[in-house]
Amino acid sequence: MSLPAAFFYLFSALMLVSALMVIFARNPVHSVLFLILAFVNASGLFVLLGAEFLAMILVVVYVGAVAVLFLFVVMMLDVDFAELKQGFMHNLPLGLLIGAVAIVELVLAVGGWTDAGVTPMRNMPIEAMTNTEALGLVLYTKYFYLFQAAGLVLLTAMIGAIVLTLQHRPGVKRQSIEAQNARTPAGAVELRKAPSRAGV
Amino acid sequence: MEIALSHYLTVAAALFTIGIAGIILNRKNIIVILMSVELILLAVNVNLVAFSSYLGDLTGQVFSLFILTVAAAEAAIGLAILVTYFRNRGSIAVDDVNMMKG
Repeated sequence: MSLPAAFFYLFSALMLVSALMVIFARNPVHSVLFLILAFVNASGLFVLLGAEFLAMILVVVYVGAVAVLFLFVVMMLDVDFAELKQGFMHNLPLGLLIGAVAIVELVLAVGGWTDAGVTPMRNMPIEAMTNTEALGLVLYTKYFYLFQAAGLVLLTAMIGAIVLTLQHRPGVKRQSIEAQNARTPAGAVELRKAPSRAGV
Repeated sequence: MEIALSHYLTVAAALFTIGIAGIILNRKNIIVILMSVELILLAVNVNLVAFSSYLGDLTGQVFSLFILTVAAAEAAIGLAILVTYFRNRGSIAVDDVNMMKG
């Protein structure tokens, strides 16, 4: 077995095992950590496929942001997870049934598919070009509007998350801009006649 | 690149199935449901990148990038809704979400 094939089997096996552990772990913190492991192994698979940029984005965005977001929420919410786990055995037959149906469908689909009609062009656009460079060349030209739309999606998500979680507690002192702007010297400054050697 | 395309497709199919089974198995725990959705999207990404690499067409990788964007937005919004729901109800059991009035 060659080295890339060995790494392919290593990454795939680790990814599938950690994906299973995401589902079956009792503690949701463990689930999040196994999700991180699954993403790291997926990025290894991407490197094997020659998609280095996406592999790095997967590590930066998923491991660095999304999984940590999950971790924060799991640790922040004081939830009795043992209670949530109760329906697990009850759901097991249905889950296994639907999983089996899905895997049979996918096996039939993959097995029935032949790559006779496609013409594989194994070489990436230009050999001297790195994956990141090639991706940037198409992303900012051909897919420019989609790129902007992706930015809009992220903006919407950011505003939505802030609006959903922002809460105004009573008793917190806040800056009142209209009160500051309405201040006049007449209301703010008081002139007093201070007698000599007596102070105010 | 001596690993066949069908190997990648098989791995992605297995990951997709694990994600679907996870949604059914952890029907009460919405955090694990969100993680299962992330696994499903990851399986789709593996498929897209594998086809992109084997066909020599970068479009698949560009599409995969947009899927990553949407998945990140979805996770952020989902967790924000989850935090708000927990603040109102004191629990994250999704069985009784059928009541709209908090």
